[in-house]
Amino acid sequence: MNLWLIPTLPLIGAAVNGLFGRRMPRMAINAVAVLSVVASFLLALNVFNNLGDQPIVERYFTWIASGALTIPVEFAVDRLTMVMLLIVTGIGSLIHVYAVGYMAHEGGYYRFFSYLNLFMFFMLVLVLANNYLLLFVGWEGVGLCSYLLIGFYFLENWATSAGNKAFIVNRIGDFGFMLAMLLMFNQFGSLDIPVVLEGAKALPVEHSAGMLTAIGLLLLVGAAGKSAQIPLYVWLPDAMAGPTPVSALIHAATMVTAGVYVVARSSAIFTHAPIAMDTVAIIGLATAVMAALIGVLQNDIKKVFAYSTVSQLGYMFLALGVGAFSAGIYHVMTHAFFKALLFLGAGSVIHALEGEQDIRNMGGLRSKIPITFVTLMAAGLAIAGFPYTSGYFSKDEILLAAHHHSPWMFWVGVFTAGLTAFYVFRCLLLTFFGEYRGHAHHPPHESPPVMWIPLAILAVLSLGGGFIAIPHYLEPVLGHAGQAHDPTLVIIATSAGLIGIAIAAWMYLIAPGVPDAIARTFKGLYNFVYNKFYVDEAYNAAVIQPVIEGSRIFLWRGVDAGLIDGIVNGVGKRSRGLGGILRLAQSGNIRNYAAWVVMGSILVIVFLGFSGGAK
Amino acid sequence: MSHLLTWVLFTPLAGAAVLVMIPGRAHAALKLWANLIALAGFLISLPLAMRFDRDAAGFQFVERAIWIPAIGASYHVGIDGISLLLVLLTTLIGFLAVLSSWNSIRDKLKEYYVLLLVLQTAMIGVFVALDFFLFYVFWEVVLAPMYFLIGIWGGPRRLYAALKLFLYTLAGSVLMLLGLLTLYFQHQQQFGFYTFDIGALMAVQMTPAMEQWVFWALFLGFAIKVPMFPFHTWLPDAHVEAPTAGSVILAAVMLKMGTYGFIRFSLPLLPKASVNPWIAQTLAVLSIIAILYGAFVSLMQHDWKKLVAYSSVSHLGFCTLGIFSLNPNGIAGSVLQQVNHGISTGLLFLLVGLIYERRHTRQIEDFGGVASVMPRYATVFAVAMLSSAGLPLLNGFIGEFTILAGAFEANRTWAAFAVFGIVLGAAYLLWLYQRTMLGKLVHEENRHLPDLTLRETLTMAPLLALVFWIGVYPKPLFEILERPVNQIVERVKPGYFADRQAELR
Repeated sequence: MNLWLIPTLPLIGAAVNGLFGRRMPRMAINAVAVLSVVASFLLALNVFNNLGDQPIVERYFTWIASGALTIPVEFAVDRLTMVMLLIVTGIGSLIHVYAVGYMAHEGGYYRFFSYLNLFMFFMLVLVLANNYLLLFVGWEGVGLCSYLLIGFYFLENWATSAGNKAFIVNRIGDFGFMLAMLLMFNQFGSLDIPVVLEGAKALPVEHSAGMLTAIGLLLLVGAAGKSAQIPLYVWLPDAMAGPTPVSALIHAATMVTAGVYVVARSSAIFTHAPIAMDTVAIIGLATAVMAALIGVLQNDIKKVFAYSTVSQLGYMFLALGVGAFSAGIYHVMTHAFFKALLFLGAGSVIHALEGEQDIRNMGGLRSKIPITFVTLMAAGLAIAGFPYTSGYFSKDEILLAAHHHSPWMFWVGVFTAGLTAFYVFRCLLLTFFGEYRGHAHHPPHESPPVMWIPLAILAVLSLGGGFIAIPHYLEPVLGHAGQAHDPTLVIIATSAGLIGIAIAAWMYLIAPGVPDAIARTFKGLYNFVYNKFYVDEAYNAAVIQPVIEGSRIFLWRGVDAGLIDGIVNGVGKRSRGLGGILRLAQSGNIRNYAAWVVMGSILVIVFLGFSGGAK
Repeated sequence: MSHLLTWVLFTPLAGAAVLVMIPGRAHAALKLWANLIALAGFLISLPLAMRFDRDAAGFQFVERAIWIPAIGASYHVGIDGISLLLVLLTTLIGFLAVLSSWNSIRDKLKEYYVLLLVLQTAMIGVFVALDFFLFYVFWEVVLAPMYFLIGIWGGPRRLYAALKLFLYTLAGSVLMLLGLLTLYFQHQQQFGFYTFDIGALMAVQMTPAMEQWVFWALFLGFAIKVPMFPFHTWLPDAHVEAPTAGSVILAAVMLKMGTYGFIRFSLPLLPKASVNPWIAQTLAVLSIIAILYGAFVSLMQHDWKKLVAYSSVSHLGFCTLGIFSLNPNGIAGSVLQQVNHGISTGLLFLLVGLIYERRHTRQIEDFGGVASVMPRYATVFAVAMLSSAGLPLLNGFIGEFTILAGAFEANRTWAAFAVFGIVLGAAYLLWLYQRTMLGKLVHEENRHLPDLTLRETLTMAPLLALVFWIGVYPKPLFEILERPVNQIVERVKPGYFADRQAELR
């Protein structure tokens, strides 16, 4: 099947644009960048047509062979990978096309597309890898591209700092991922995913913490970094410093779902480690609620959608944690549709307003940029779970599974669904309705077709994509997931979304004074949420400052320059004095010299022994 | 060509002898000759790799001649896979160091190149000697040229730095000599004749206490060279003051002499002391402290070069941790990481040197936004940084992960701390990159910095190629290392492989 071509085409695209793009005309850069990804998509479709019940596995060469550690470069496609492949290449193609329009007036054009193609390469390696270490190559690679693209406007300190933050927080997650791999290798003697999963299935279910629980929890640390879950979500909102197509592709539709993919891929480990499963569910649920609360008070259109992404990723983790792995992947797909659309639509709005991102300076745009308006409303309905839109199906699937697991999780999930509908519509209504409050120099203008055609396609998918029955398709890999369809629960969940939309409409269309009144009444709480619960500030005070000051004052100035060099310089001075005395012992006799050398050496040892003891 | 190893060993020295005869004012001729010899030294070492037999046990290209019969010292050289990689690293880095000096050294050219070439022979000698006395001679000879390179062509505090380097290493070597002599006399007592031959010395039996004493004596010699915490404080000073070529050689090759000493001498000669749990534990803990401590202190440096120097302490901590994991992955990973560190830190020091030649400052605060004026430089720096930070598909990751696998097998807690070091590695490197390369150009002086010239790019090109090659296809290196590493593990832990086999069944 030549699976290797799927990631390699974008890699070639990245290399061509990276090395020669500076001297290439824009049309050529576009052609290389877009066509390489579209070709990958076509190849993926071809794989889809040929994929039977058995996974397709291809081995290329041995990468690492040291002792018992043998890591081949091996790709495999089963139905789970297939879904991810189609999402990544499909959405990736659309966003590449969109970016041709969006980036048309930006500098570093070739650099942007080179990075974006490189990202596609690593993301495809991630989903195709048949062993965890190769998966980790993709995992780190997408992190690198994320860093490069967040810091794309590298003249700006906020952009490069956000890039650093993303990379380092992800590295903290990698700490868990690496230890998980080491544990797996130690336990199963291999990092091949099928071998590890078969090994895990052969072990009993751990009702108290054991090896599989440890592996699961460590994988969760890695997944929480990449997929922005508590406590490692802090990098994602800042990551919006990158150009908007990057936010859509990497920080909404694909890379951030890698954590979900890894947990689903490792479902055999998690199902045998209920403690790890419960932790996944609780972290997911907590992230979903908290990020939704923060999203309510954000004023930057991209930040609203960023927190919404964190929150929706929390939903996916909830699905995984309650055992509905296929529902989690289902939501990965529908979320890829509507969240990519929300970001691209936001990009279209920002584009129309010459860079304005604050929704307080928008308003009344629905007649000025009608296509953007219609498509964004479609995305809004989908994320709010409006009946028969894509989000409706996947969200219901998750909430039903949560109810089956423990009802309280269902109720928290429903509350979050209501909040989600509310803040997304707050944002959309403030953008498109009422009076225009901004001060752009030129009247807002609709985006060119190269931008709105991808929007339109995504709008169709957001509305109708729920009919693609992912859970059914994934049954051979992830098992039967469907809970008994409970109409009451579905109605409750759906009405939460509708109520959220209604409240938003009431507060921002009918009674515009209400939000301010609420803010004044609950001033303390309002500020607390408005400042994102002061999590960044807390991390800064509890982790970053102690590390910096401790390193500088204690380790460097104290131990290094003070203690060790103090002793060394002391020895130097004293031995110079010692040399003066020893000069008296010069006798010209070679045997005497030899004796002195030995004696001197012994003295040095004794001295070092003492000074070592003094430390 | 017979006597290949001797040719490799003495080509630089012979070149230096000719160099002495070239008049000191003929700058062009001096430079040209030095570069030619360094290139020849590298090219002549390539057949070693081509003719090396991965499946043969023991040492290859062995040459033996009587040297000082009175004390039983002989000219005995040979290489196994471990030495092979380090010799190739040395000849390559040696050549690049000479090449990189083209513009940066302007006075006393003749002396400078003579010292570099002498140093080159001495370093190769350390990695090929199979006679402990011969090894010791080369080991000591390395010190002198480096002392003068720093002391004469160094920065403002060069005398302090050179003296510190000299005293530190001398203290270490004296102790090493004592340990070596103990082994030597023990051998005479037990077998009735004097020899420094490593193979023969392996037969010496000692009481555990005596063996441990010898171990610590050798340890100090090697640990100061590595340098392991807390013997590392000579390193930042030496690096900051050394000329670029000196820093490159120091980091890329000289530090590896210490780790090589552990692998070639401490483990096989003193296996019982090496497996002593208390000793192994102590050394692993010191390694972990070095990993974390080096990283934390790097974070706070204001001097670009000093930051890279402290990062070496951290990276070498990984190398020693691998060694004292005492298993195949740990040791193979360690050797690989020694090579990788040579490549990535070599690149980083070359890069600092290039910017220093242009701006005559290394303060991180004096830069910022350099990527806008030197895009090619910024790209190379990015690759070097990511290689050093251990990004997969680049060389550093392979070594780090293999070491971690070894460390994990030995002790899970060690591995956990070491993994944490990787997190910090990303932090100080990214922050350095941000403060120097990214952002707006704030200092007017940097506005007209010229980008890399062709010669400069060519100097770094081989290292860049290796960064990717080792990252993507390291298998040949693992194959070269497999036999010697397994031999050492079997020597230190007899029955290790049989036990593993039994475990698998």
